[in-house]
Amino acid sequence: MSSTIESPRAAAPRRKGANWEKWGWIYMRVSGVLLVVLIFGHLFTNLMVGDGISAIDFGFVGGKLSQPFWQWWDVAMLWLALIHGANGMRTLVNDYVRSETARKVLNGALFAVAAVLIILGTLVVFTFDPCPAGASADLLPSFCGAA
Amino acid sequence: MADHVAEAPVPTIESFTVTLIIRRFDPEVDEEPRWVDYDVEMYATDRILDALHKIKWEVDGSLTFRRSCAHGICGSDAMRINGRNRLACKTLIKDLDISQPIYVEAIKGLPLEKDLVVDMEPFFESYRQIQPFLQASSKPEKERIQSVAERERFDDTTKCILCAACTSSCPVFWTDGQYFGPAAIVNAHRFIFDSRDEAANVRLDILNDKEGVWRCRTTFNCTEACPRGIQVTQAIAEVKQAMIRGKV
Repeated sequence: MSSTIESPRAAAPRRKGANWEKWGWIYMRVSGVLLVVLIFGHLFTNLMVGDGISAIDFGFVGGKLSQPFWQWWDVAMLWLALIHGANGMRTLVNDYVRSETARKVLNGALFAVAAVLIILGTLVVFTFDPCPAGASADLLPSFCGAA
Repeated sequence: MADHVAEAPVPTIESFTVTLIIRRFDPEVDEEPRWVDYDVEMYATDRILDALHKIKWEVDGSLTFRRSCAHGICGSDAMRINGRNRLACKTLIKDLDISQPIYVEAIKGLPLEKDLVVDMEPFFESYRQIQPFLQASSKPEKERIQSVAERERFDDTTKCILCAACTSSCPVFWTDGQYFGPAAIVNAHRFIFDSRDEAANVRLDILNDKEGVWRCRTTFNCTEACPRGIQVTQAIAEVKQAMIRGKV
């Protein structure tokens, strides 16, 4: 009579559904590299080029935010950094919050905060008016007078 | 001349009084673990395990710890010595600062049973989950041939003795114990990169889990703790790379 040896491993129950952890991990690496370039580029143009930090005023910021190049630069920084930060916080929540309910609430709050900030920030960057009516001309970017 | 040799004083080997502070816990008596100190006379070439033996055999027979081979290969006596996970049988007195007391406690992150003994079941549970056995469909005439280069790929991870020093030094494992832990990933690596094995994708799929390799924060605690010198963090990184590329 022959006998068979039972499989040494009974299939462990695995959670169903999509698993985004791999993509989360890749996102953190890619966005991290991009953010280093974007943030140091941002700091360099704001603080080092030309008059440096003393040049920063409403006119300087308004001037930058009226150029598509800097609009997209800032929006990229905003999206990448907020998602990067929120995902990092999500990892901490998953590490340290044991109650399933509290975990869901905190992760939900993180998602909501990141979403609201991203939407608000994107709106501001693309709808910013560098030449508000009634402001004194010496505070505004140089191109406002022409309009 | 012969007289002179006979008269030479026999050199006495210097011994030291070493203070060990051990985190004791008797589940039948204690509510909480407590630190107890012991003074033992030791030689520089003695190991922490010898000190524990001395205490158990000469001072307090109730001191409980695991050890089998006592020569660094069975993986029984991993413990936290001065805050670092080490094998008691491989930690020499001469390598420690004995002007200070030496703190010895059980490894962290696994349920404490008594004194230096923990319940290893959660550790072995995640080890079993990665299917740590060769899976091959063919039956060779004599042996499964493998080149030196093919063997080299997983040579480092064959050295694991399952002592749990790495897994119980991992801060991610400490948090909720759901993470597979470095030891399970090291042993998965050993088969994933073995050219004779055919179930690499199954194991990669298992470790792609929410509690799998992506929870690794590359803190290198595991590499630092491994008494066999396995480059644990590198092995985990290689498993991640294999997952991203989708091939071994």
